[in-house]
Amino acid sequence: MIPSSQHLNNYIYFDNAATSFPKPESVADAVIHYMSDIGGNPGRSGHPLSVEAGEIVFSAREAVADMMGASNPMQVVFCSNATDALNLAIQGILRKGDHVITTAMEHNSTARPLYQLQQEGVISLSIVPCSTEGLIDLDQLKGCIIPETSMVMINHASNVTGTVQPLSDIGSLCRDKQVILVADCAQSAGIIPIDMKSDNIDLLAFAGHKGLYGPTGTGGLVIADDFDYSQLRPLRFGGTGSNSDSIEQPAFLPDRFESGTLNVAGLSGLHAGILYINEYPDGIDGIRRYKRELIHRFLEGAERDIEGFIGYVPLDSIQTGVMSFNIDGVSPSEIARFLADEFNIMCRAGLHCAPLAHKTIGTFPEGAVRFGFSIFNTTEEIAIAREALKKFVQSRR
Amino acid sequence: MADYSVILFFSNNHAIWTAKLLKKAGIEYKMIPVPRHLSSDCGYCVRIRIADVSDAETVMDKNSVEYEKICAL
Repeated sequence: MIPSSQHLNNYIYFDNAATSFPKPESVADAVIHYMSDIGGNPGRSGHPLSVEAGEIVFSAREAVADMMGASNPMQVVFCSNATDALNLAIQGILRKGDHVITTAMEHNSTARPLYQLQQEGVISLSIVPCSTEGLIDLDQLKGCIIPETSMVMINHASNVTGTVQPLSDIGSLCRDKQVILVADCAQSAGIIPIDMKSDNIDLLAFAGHKGLYGPTGTGGLVIADDFDYSQLRPLRFGGTGSNSDSIEQPAFLPDRFESGTLNVAGLSGLHAGILYINEYPDGIDGIRRYKRELIHRFLEGAERDIEGFIGYVPLDSIQTGVMSFNIDGVSPSEIARFLADEFNIMCRAGLHCAPLAHKTIGTFPEGAVRFGFSIFNTTEEIAIAREALKKFVQSRR
Repeated sequence: MADYSVILFFSNNHAIWTAKLLKKAGIEYKMIPVPRHLSSDCGYCVRIRIADVSDAETVMDKNSVEYEKICAL
């Protein structure tokens, strides 16, 4: 359980929903191992260093497939991040006349590409409202499905509230109605158990640098074993190291969607990050339990102890170690500035690239302060944060 | 060299996957650059003993590995 940071004693980092920090030491070591000892281009040459680079990429692919319940590692397409993967799903599939259903809890990584297509007159869009806790109503979702509906896009776990949508129920509904289900798992991968098969997810976008503890610049789209990916048009065409005698883009996975040299250093780290999660006591379940404990420590009695504290979502609904709050009558950015300046507590204030979600919980346009905990945060840090907020309230009297 | 065959792939990703599967199945293999007289591709292929060709095919088929062909070296 060794984090890579020497800054741990100086900073309290609660911005893990943006990107996790510190990373496990093994992640940094894996990046350095590739940079220092291997360096080859995977799949581009026949020499041993190219093969070794290919093996690193394959290991990362296999680890992601195992974690998400894809039986075949070739179903994992690496992208730059979850946004990149979501854009591949959205722009690669949707055609003129398609109808898409999404939720009022989406991140802009989904909302913006969909809105763009709607503005261009390519698609029509329904946004299903959610409760103030951020949860979808299945009947409302069902009611939005029309014959033209080709896709449902769901933010699995909210980057604002830490609440989790009932993906399995949504998957069953989509399968019944023969609608493609795209799941944005940027905030749930590595934190909530996911099984693409039993959840009936067709396309799953993930970020490598959040709950999987990999480097930034990693992420991907996992394609269900039974999904006909010929309907998914690549957004980038180019060299893949395969079929080099032809100027036609390869039709097979993952090459069809992976033109250009991959981020091997990053994927080396991502592989190490997933191994770290797998070796964590009780794996993802253990991680979820620990994060819930941290949330519990922070929120329990917060409204009693911190004057004006507003928590928005009931404690038991928060599943992922992410939560947002405000203090009555104060700008969230002022709270974040005080925490950073006076206590070296790093967090994020504002709208978190999710204006729809903030409208849903009633915090638009001011936003909120967000804490996103990681497995490296401690109950001592939580206690310091609570004291810091008390001092903040006192300082304003 | 006549004792060996090579498995040629459309993608190097499948070549590496196959190597892992063969290793798991206890089948001896070596990854080598694609011989120019067999293909114009620039990557690598998997060399196996001719005696293991049938077992290797079984492993690849079972896992739905896509490969171009198996030919003698």
